[in-house]
Amino acid sequence: MGEISMKKIMAAAIAGLGLALAASAVSAQAPATLAQVKQRNILNCGSNTGLAGFGVPDAQGNWQGLDVEYCRAVAAAIFNDPAKVKFIPLSAKDRFTALQSGEVDLLVRNSTWTMTRDAALGILFTGVNYYDGQGFMVRKKLGVTSALQLSGASVCTQQGTTTELNLADYFRANNLKYEVVAFASSDETIKAYDAGRCDAFTTDASGLYAERLKLTAPDEHIVLPEIISKEPLGPSVRNNDPAWFNLVKWVHYAMLNAEELGVTKANVDEMLKSPNPEIKRLLGTEGKFGETIGLTTDWVYRIVKHVGNYGESFEKNVGQGSLLKIARGQNGLWTKGGLQYAPPVR
Amino acid sequence: MSTIPTETVQPGKASLFYDPRIRGYVYQFALIAVVGFLIWSAASNAIENLRAQKIASGLGFWHNAAGFDVNQKLIPFSASGSTYGQAFYVGLLNTLLVASIGIVLSTFLGFFVGVSRLSSNWVLSKLAMIYVEVIRNLPLLLQLFFWYNAVLKPLPGARNSIALPGSIFLNNRGIIMPNPQFAPAFEFVVIAFFVAIVAAIVFYTWSKKQQERTGTQYPNGSISLALIIGLPLVVYFIAGQPLTFDLPQQGTFNLTGGLQIYPEFVALLIGLTTYTAGFIAEVVRAGILAVSKGQTEAANALGLRAGPTLKLVVIPQAMRVIIPPLTSNYLNLTKNSSLAVAIGYPDLVQVFTGTVLNQTGQALEVVAITMAVYLTISLVTSLFMNIYNKRMALVER
Repeated sequence: MGEISMKKIMAAAIAGLGLALAASAVSAQAPATLAQVKQRNILNCGSNTGLAGFGVPDAQGNWQGLDVEYCRAVAAAIFNDPAKVKFIPLSAKDRFTALQSGEVDLLVRNSTWTMTRDAALGILFTGVNYYDGQGFMVRKKLGVTSALQLSGASVCTQQGTTTELNLADYFRANNLKYEVVAFASSDETIKAYDAGRCDAFTTDASGLYAERLKLTAPDEHIVLPEIISKEPLGPSVRNNDPAWFNLVKWVHYAMLNAEELGVTKANVDEMLKSPNPEIKRLLGTEGKFGETIGLTTDWVYRIVKHVGNYGESFEKNVGQGSLLKIARGQNGLWTKGGLQYAPPVR
Repeated sequence: MSTIPTETVQPGKASLFYDPRIRGYVYQFALIAVVGFLIWSAASNAIENLRAQKIASGLGFWHNAAGFDVNQKLIPFSASGSTYGQAFYVGLLNTLLVASIGIVLSTFLGFFVGVSRLSSNWVLSKLAMIYVEVIRNLPLLLQLFFWYNAVLKPLPGARNSIALPGSIFLNNRGIIMPNPQFAPAFEFVVIAFFVAIVAAIVFYTWSKKQQERTGTQYPNGSISLALIIGLPLVVYFIAGQPLTFDLPQQGTFNLTGGLQIYPEFVALLIGLTTYTAGFIAEVVRAGILAVSKGQTEAANALGLRAGPTLKLVVIPQAMRVIIPPLTSNYLNLTKNSSLAVAIGYPDLVQVFTGTVLNQTGQALEVVAITMAVYLTISLVTSLFMNIYNKRMALVER
């Protein structure tokens, strides 16, 4: 008797499993990320596990950073509430799998836009929210002034990154010998460098400045002048929902256009009365542009009101208002000699 | 009470459904069908979804250029010329290396601690107890972090290495020692080594027979050892010392040349060995306690001293209890070696499901291959241990 009831239980369990599989097959075929996000009433955003300036929880546990504010801007545009974001910290090697599997709605985790990632990973980069390049950090007392003097050095890096590949390219191209020590998490990498396991530490230049703050004696380390790669960092989404791709992409353009037109967190309410047709279209007092991407007409107003424009976010998180003090440089607006350029809202 | 109902004894009249044998077949067939359907639907579902999400699939990546480097490797590997497939073998060999050395070391340490815990020496047995209780009750990952930092932190930097006798240097980049360079004549030494092993086995069999016949005992251990070490050594000098060493030299950053043993490897090996030894010690203790006290007393009555009693009477019987759980500890050690990922030792998981997975984005294939590999390693280990177990098992006559 006991045997039969066991079999019944097993049969029920198997049937349940089959149903679950069938259900998952259905959900994968009908993406509509925006509808899912709205129904869930929260945005799942893949974030760094802790990179100052880009994505790191502060002492109160609130996430801060340029990438974090991108997620908040998306949430503000959808919900009119920048707090409706759940940040999911992801290591470099897990980040794309988490996006592919639907664990996060978008990934804003200082990830480099490359052709392979766009083509083979089932994801699309929506743009570049930070133009970066890879650099090296060494101890001052080594007396090294250029990356070309690093022959024979051991270099700590994070595995599963473009950094790991650029490193191999650079040393190969310059015929230098080296030993790579790759770690799964950025924390382990910087700790090993701090412990003297490696002569040099390499990551994106912005990351070098951020990680240097974690060292026991930040002043004893210098960043070498060479930038050995192009690292366009940007948000990415799954490759099966063009509407969501569009929405995430235009959040960045909205923040750039706001900066270009002088719309700031402080003056956005006044700007609603502006006679400038470009500002009117941007803030939704003329036309219904927001509705074309599944949002409300005041979507940019919401973003700027809650988060600010791109320049404000940049200065607060990585620029002069932060510990990193990174200059705008390439990340300045195109009108000021930088690379940040947004198509017009029209 | 005394009347037995006659209608219960009616063989062959019930319908097929109530035939337990047929019903058993039906259930088993149904179960296989359901499991088969589940596997098929999961696989086709995955393939369909991958296609829908435009994620690359298949094993085409295997021959693509890797483009990254690995520091610790047993086979040649470079960013320029190697493929993801070769990266897989680099990782696999590193896993096998640390697992096999770990198994040997943890067995010795585990037996020592297990026997010590039963020792009549109070200090020794309490030390063994503390060892087992501390090691067994801390998470392995934590222990690995401890060993990695314990190995790294106190050591000097690469420019101030501790020089040990014999041109061996110690710094926070690992242990750097002279790298042996074998001249062609060295193969005679290798041949001599194998000849010595065969000779030792022959001698051992002969001495066993001799003992059974006459009762005379020979010092098997020391004679075998003398053979295995002595013979190659004699040949080595006759062949004109066909071995030179590549000595480490101070370079710009670190010592160059020589053979480098990396701290990640050392930390992982120590962590796995000490952790698994804690469990093996308990298995050994259980095995020894399972041998009834009468066996020891009988051996004592025959005049055997403590050493031979343990070696000839207790351990052979204890092995029957020890081997099955010992096998699962070996399997655990091998699987635990995947925690290497936390301290940067390039094992299979670190290289293959870490870097390769991330660079190719083909999680499904990479993870499936890795699981298949661990399964294969575990099954092969089990197979050999089962064969050994059969040989050691009680032969009932």
